[in-house]
Amino acid sequence: MVLAVYLIIRLHNLFAIVMLSGIYSLLAATFFVIVDAVDVAFTEAAVGAGISTVLMLGALSLCGRHEKAADRSTLLPLLVVVVTGAALVYGTLDMPSYGDPDAPIHQHVAPYYLKKAQTETTVPNIVTAVLASYRGYDTLGEVTVIFTAGIGVLVLLSRIRLGRRKEDEDTA
Amino acid sequence: MSHHLVVRVVSKLMIPFILLFGLYVQFHGDFGPGGGFQAGVIFAAAFVLYALVYGLDNAKRIIPEKYIRMGVALGVLIFAGTGVASLILGGNYLDYSVLKHDAPHGQHLGIFIVEFGVGLTVASVMIVIFFAFAGRGHKIDEMEE
Repeated sequence: MVLAVYLIIRLHNLFAIVMLSGIYSLLAATFFVIVDAVDVAFTEAAVGAGISTVLMLGALSLCGRHEKAADRSTLLPLLVVVVTGAALVYGTLDMPSYGDPDAPIHQHVAPYYLKKAQTETTVPNIVTAVLASYRGYDTLGEVTVIFTAGIGVLVLLSRIRLGRRKEDEDTA
Repeated sequence: MSHHLVVRVVSKLMIPFILLFGLYVQFHGDFGPGGGFQAGVIFAAAFVLYALVYGLDNAKRIIPEKYIRMGVALGVLIFAGTGVASLILGGNYLDYSVLKHDAPHGQHLGIFIVEFGVGLTVASVMIVIFFAFAGRGHKIDEMEE
């Protein structure tokens, strides 16, 4: 994973970079499998490695596959990134260690879900029960976000296409 | 990609299994890992693969854009409609317990329907975005030749 990221930073061929970011997503998916988040791994493999790579390639076919040379100094952006990264790492120092049963997140409502989900919903997969039933409002919100994103892309891109279609009709 | 014989044959073999796996993740999500979001993207990936190998026009002939656009809205409607249905039947919004004779079975049915709505919207949005991108400018397969 580190090698993939290093190559993404160093390379200037956008085609290779898109391919490497797909490889990175696939590696991230295997990482999710290792930490027992199989459903997240599904999504990462299908969206990160599959569909988004295809979309990036589609974008590349429109804009060419070579990076423009940077004309400004990269020192200030580098400083901002380093400071932000350091602040985030500093923040994680206070977090409970991974899998700690005493962590606050495992003390709040999680024990209730683990005990009651099976009898209250008859759904053996507790993740699904929490997602669709106990946290139904959140999931409805998420679906609405995806819906809005789809509508947004459709409005942005299909307007251009409609204009073109009219031109085609005029010439024909 | 009409001259890539191996790619065509292999993807023709793979696509039914990808679709089947998508359906499995969708409808078996109550018992194993998975659910609407995961199933939606897997399902969409199968169609994207088909469109890449056999061309955009063939893919659009299989699932016309009109129906996918309907699917985008229909999924959200199914989700929100389940909430309204539980309101009408005398429960709280999105409280599935009233959908069936007893609470646990109602919950199960509600989760099932809602996950289907999620899967429909996610798959449709992915395909719509792909069509919108791929339909612009040169087609991807022409670029590769």
